[in-house]
Amino acid sequence: MSRIKYRQALRDALREEMLRDERVFCIGEGIGERGGSYKVTDGLIGEFGPGRVIDTPLSEAGFVGLGVGAAIAGSRPVVELLFIDFLLLAMDQVVNQAAKYRFMSGGQGHVPLVIRTQGGAGNSLAAQHSQSLEAMFVQVPGLKVVMPSTPADAKGLLKAAIRDDDPVVFIEHKLLYMTEGDVPDEESVVPLGVADVKRPGDDVTLVAWSHMLTKCLTAAEELAAEGISVEVVDPRTLVPLDIATIVASVRRTGRLVVAQEAPRRGGVAGEIAAEVSERAWDALRGPVVRVAGRNTPIPFNLALEQASIPQIADIVATVRGVVGARTPVA
Amino acid sequence: MPDVDIDLLERMYTTARTIRRFEERAVEQYRVGNIRGYLHLYLGEEAIAVGAIAGLEPDDYIVSTHRGHGHALAKGHEPGPMMAELFGRATGYCGGRGGSMHVASGALRNLGANGIVAAGVPIAVGAAMAVRQRGGREVVVDFCSDGSSANGVWHEALNMASIWDLPVVFVLENNQFAVSTPISASARVARLSERAAAYGMPGITVDGNDAVAVHEAMREPIRRARAGEGPTLVECMTYRHGGHHVNDPGLYLPPDELQRWKAHDPVDVLRARLLASGVPAGRIAEIDASVEATIEEAVRFAEASPQPSVEDFLAEVSAL
Repeated sequence: MSRIKYRQALRDALREEMLRDERVFCIGEGIGERGGSYKVTDGLIGEFGPGRVIDTPLSEAGFVGLGVGAAIAGSRPVVELLFIDFLLLAMDQVVNQAAKYRFMSGGQGHVPLVIRTQGGAGNSLAAQHSQSLEAMFVQVPGLKVVMPSTPADAKGLLKAAIRDDDPVVFIEHKLLYMTEGDVPDEESVVPLGVADVKRPGDDVTLVAWSHMLTKCLTAAEELAAEGISVEVVDPRTLVPLDIATIVASVRRTGRLVVAQEAPRRGGVAGEIAAEVSERAWDALRGPVVRVAGRNTPIPFNLALEQASIPQIADIVATVRGVVGARTPVA
Repeated sequence: MPDVDIDLLERMYTTARTIRRFEERAVEQYRVGNIRGYLHLYLGEEAIAVGAIAGLEPDDYIVSTHRGHGHALAKGHEPGPMMAELFGRATGYCGGRGGSMHVASGALRNLGANGIVAAGVPIAVGAAMAVRQRGGREVVVDFCSDGSSANGVWHEALNMASIWDLPVVFVLENNQFAVSTPISASARVARLSERAAAYGMPGITVDGNDAVAVHEAMREPIRRARAGEGPTLVECMTYRHGGHHVNDPGLYLPPDELQRWKAHDPVDVLRARLLASGVPAGRIAEIDASVEATIEEAVRFAEASPQPSVEDFLAEVSAL
């Protein structure tokens, strides 16, 4: 094990996969000499050259489309979008092209493409650089959606995404790049579609992914001090979704809270709530409850920004309510 | 008139005639209900696919469009499975999953028709990037249109192909209408090939109803691309013989203009070239009869083909 940052784990995954498979190349805005806005591709151009670490013009639809074509024709491109908000410029290529090619061609072709991008609020970047848009991609058959919360998952899942034969939207979180965690020194590929119980517990299941997972772990720690045992489950990939692990946890705890940074309306938390309600109604001791972002564009002002997405205190209060605990007297 | 090999001329005529009769028969089959959905016809534009693909090698790629039957047939797709795909049958190129707008073949290196105008242009550039990455010598021919050149992604794609000298030739089929909007209402430039200058690549305009002229015009762009010298924009002037698709009567096409272009029919132009080259009329009649039999067989094959299995489909999608 080595203790490294999330961004270093991503960089290691890219480097190892580029060494392992010469079909892998990286392309995006400012990923070469600049090393990317979050330094994920730092130094890769020196090792692999400008032919495999390619800086693009500001042509998001164009270079995502380029990635689609290169993938169909035999390469394994990793396309970086600086912000998930910018991926909206390339939605035709993601939704109408990459996601559908294998199906529409009757399985004659496939698109081994990874779109690496990052989302989320927390740096006062305002409404067009802070969104959590994963539900849009979850809604599109043919795409896989990965949202790692730890350095180890970031590395192992990125390696799996690059080796996958279908398009993967790989969504990082801007507040996670500087977080640290233990990462195996030996080769470790985390398969897509396998949830991870990040903290075992008995009283309530708390499901979250990406940066919200880290908030949930802190909340669980606080709740433990009150005698509430929270099991924190990280699906890690939203498509494919390991609903079986979540249901198994709920069957033990009898309660489910799903936390997401994305707006409450039409989100993945609602989808997980519905799946669990259909599959484990008999085991539920109360309604599934969501903790989610407000239905608002992300504000610039720090206090407003914090008010727009769930904070640790919101998660703690919600879980307390679900287990029927009274708020401790201060 | 350029000196053209008689065998090549016969092959080009056969292909053009095959595309023509394939689509005329597809329209019949549409009218009796064997084909559903959209059917965007290439009638009147056949010379472009024929001329542009005649100079390619089998491993070269094409990227097609929603008006793509001609591209596919010229690239070597068999009329039977092509017609079956239009019928939505299990034996079609895409097993009935794609239909007319999504015909593709991995084996024939047709990266696919596309229901979204201009979406194939960056995909073609990407295929060229894949070729570059593996040190291959294949060329990508991207069929695009006057309509697509109005789309932002067309600009992005041509620019990227140019800055990286990628092995792609953009064949712009200028049929002068984007659905019903005439090119005069959507572009200020006299020739869309002028736009190539904005990307620092050569741009040429050619008579798109003359397959031999298209073939000749493609020589240098294909050579350039294969040599790693970068892309070229080849604008081929042509005209649809009808509306945007099979159910659009195309009443907005000015009748005199349509008549003028029909008098310069791409299949007739090739036939005249064959006759002028000394090929006897009897030989051309033989080709026509052979094409007729091939297309008749394709229609029968499609009619006799099974529908795709719903059970197979449901098993397939449970993983998506």
